[in-house]
Amino acid sequence: MAQITLVEAVNLALMRAMAEDPDVVVLGEDVGRDGGVFRATLGLLDKFGPERVIDTPLAENLIAGMAIGMAAEGLKPVCEIQFSGFAYTTLDQILNHAGRMRHRTQGRLSCPMVLRTPCGAGIHPPEHHSESPDAMFAHIPGIRVVYASSPKRAYGLLLAAIRDPDPVIFLEPTRLYRLFKEDVADSGDALALDACYTLREGTDITLVTWGAMVHETLQVADELAEQGVVAEVIDVATLKPIDFDTILASVAKTGRCVIVTEAPRHCSIASEIAATLAEQGLLTLLAPVQRVTAPDVVVPLARLEYHYLPGKQQIAAAVRKTLEFA
Amino acid sequence: MAGVEQRAEIADDIVERKHIAQSLNGKQAHGPARERAGGFEAKMAKHSTHTIVTIAATFQIEYQQFLDPHGKVVSPLPAFANDKAALVSLYKAMVLMRTYDAKAIALQRTGQLGTFSSMLGKEAIEAGIGAAMAKDDVFLCTYRENGVQILRGVTMHELFVYWGGDERGSNFAVPRRDFPMCITIASQCLHAVGVAYAMKLRKEPRVAVCALGDGGTSKGDFYEGLNAAGAWQLPVVFVITNNQWAISVPRKAQTSAQTLAQKAIAAGIAGVQVDGNDVIAVHHAMREALTKARAGGGPTLLEAVSYRLADHTTADDASRYRPPEEVAEAWKREPILRLRNYLSETGAWSKAQEEELLKSCNEQVQAAAQAYLDTPAPPVEQMFDHLYATLPAAYAPQRAAALASSRSDGTDHAG
Repeated sequence: MAQITLVEAVNLALMRAMAEDPDVVVLGEDVGRDGGVFRATLGLLDKFGPERVIDTPLAENLIAGMAIGMAAEGLKPVCEIQFSGFAYTTLDQILNHAGRMRHRTQGRLSCPMVLRTPCGAGIHPPEHHSESPDAMFAHIPGIRVVYASSPKRAYGLLLAAIRDPDPVIFLEPTRLYRLFKEDVADSGDALALDACYTLREGTDITLVTWGAMVHETLQVADELAEQGVVAEVIDVATLKPIDFDTILASVAKTGRCVIVTEAPRHCSIASEIAATLAEQGLLTLLAPVQRVTAPDVVVPLARLEYHYLPGKQQIAAAVRKTLEFA
Repeated sequence: MAGVEQRAEIADDIVERKHIAQSLNGKQAHGPARERAGGFEAKMAKHSTHTIVTIAATFQIEYQQFLDPHGKVVSPLPAFANDKAALVSLYKAMVLMRTYDAKAIALQRTGQLGTFSSMLGKEAIEAGIGAAMAKDDVFLCTYRENGVQILRGVTMHELFVYWGGDERGSNFAVPRRDFPMCITIASQCLHAVGVAYAMKLRKEPRVAVCALGDGGTSKGDFYEGLNAAGAWQLPVVFVITNNQWAISVPRKAQTSAQTLAQKAIAAGIAGVQVDGNDVIAVHHAMREALTKARAGGGPTLLEAVSYRLADHTTADDASRYRPPEEVAEAWKREPILRLRNYLSETGAWSKAQEEELLKSCNEQVQAAAQAYLDTPAPPVEQMFDHLYATLPAAYAPQRAAALASSRSDGTDHAG
């Protein structure tokens, strides 16, 4: 077992999937010789050749649209969109076609494709490189949205996404790509989709999060433990559909919940979770649910990036507010 | 200069076309460009007495027509057209399409079908494509290609079911790999690239055929698809039905390009323009493009010049934006009449055969319509049951709620 980063885990899963299934193809901009701008596809070209590791012309909508055609013909395309800010042009194809092909043909054609894209702020890039489009994708019927938050989950969830018979938007937290390493066995074992992952068990409060914010949320949970507060931390992992059972059960146990996301607040996944708690878990709550989110503004450029991103301080403040509620 | 202008005039006139209607010649194209930039050129001339113009590339677009609007042969027929039985079969297909089309509109007008988009006037394009494709090729279409679909085995019953508002109509028994009608404009161009890529990757002698309209050529999806097909030399044929109107916007307002076929040039692929009302021309061009693609020769863009004789859809009123004289003129060039004239004059078709054909088409269409009208509304769970391979547990309560709230007598809300 090797200690690897999140982006290396993505690479490992791609290697594995391509080796075990000749129908898996990887396509995107610079995914071949360059190995992808983050090197997620490094080495694939040499191992599997240019017919299966495809440098496309520079057109994101083409990548998504042709993947739909490939998938209908029985291939399993894994697309890379260099940054999620460039994935907006794929929305037409994802929303109008990928998510509908199976339903539109009543099961005659299907769309087993994966669209991978790095997400989130925190690496001081130019504009459009720090987006959090998770809620936007999650509003689309017929698809799955998965957000990896560690090397292990990146490996297992990506394998699951590639093997899934339906379209999956696979979001990767740019900020965590190389932030830490984890032991990841190249076992070929997929992790379950449509399931939350309880990363830390607790009794006093439930912290619900996903993507890069899992990192800060776990740190806050450590600090809370030193103060005698035992927090349960849940990585939602699949943002569509959401495993609400796990979240509701946890909140029934703790009675308190803080939801943490780096996406803007309005119509966010955090809002969806809060609404479900209000609908189905209200009587188990001891305090109002708190959302820790980015403000409803455009992601700023580097100088203000960390004023935009919610941090440990905001999470801790929301936790205090929840715990102190009568 | 005169040569260029003359060609432009010919291109503007869809009635009197020559065999090569338009030419885009790199050398000549410098003429008008210089003229427009006259002031700049003049200033430059003071500083530079010798301007060396190097031609980087030259292009031309061919126009193909075999039968004129009266059914007279204007160019030596391709080999397949010497087989009268083949032409009769194309003719029969076109008449069936027109009968189906009229029935669909009648059903819609009497409240028995949803919005329908007529293919009136483009039967030659439909027959020319449908008869040329191989069974295991893949057809990717718009909502105005029912004729090709019928020729490929989709039943008129299935098509009526679709237009009646039921997804089961797109789950046709054959051909299983053809795409369902694409309502969003030109999106299917990218699907076609993916389909063709898969065919090439697996070294299969199959071809993806992608239909679109003149309006669709303004979309990025079309350009992106065309470009990628060229870059990878994929086995795909794009066929544009240039019916002159994208709802209310005329072809000339869509683009300044002289032809739509020339859009292939920028993608480095072959572009051909044909008379879309001449089924021999469409079929011939399709056969050549398919043969080339199947042999690894790469993609082709075909522009079939025709005219939309009907409204855009049953929800449209074309008299709001186009003069009746234009439509009346277009009727003189319609595709069915000219082939009938040719077949009659060459002794391959008789009045008795015509009557028999019309009777048979009416019976087939009537039977399909009745089968559709007898088809019960889809079950409520149809909304959920093919959304995913397996409905995620999170949505099971929504499915149960939809079933519980549907009327106990089995009728839908509209019923």
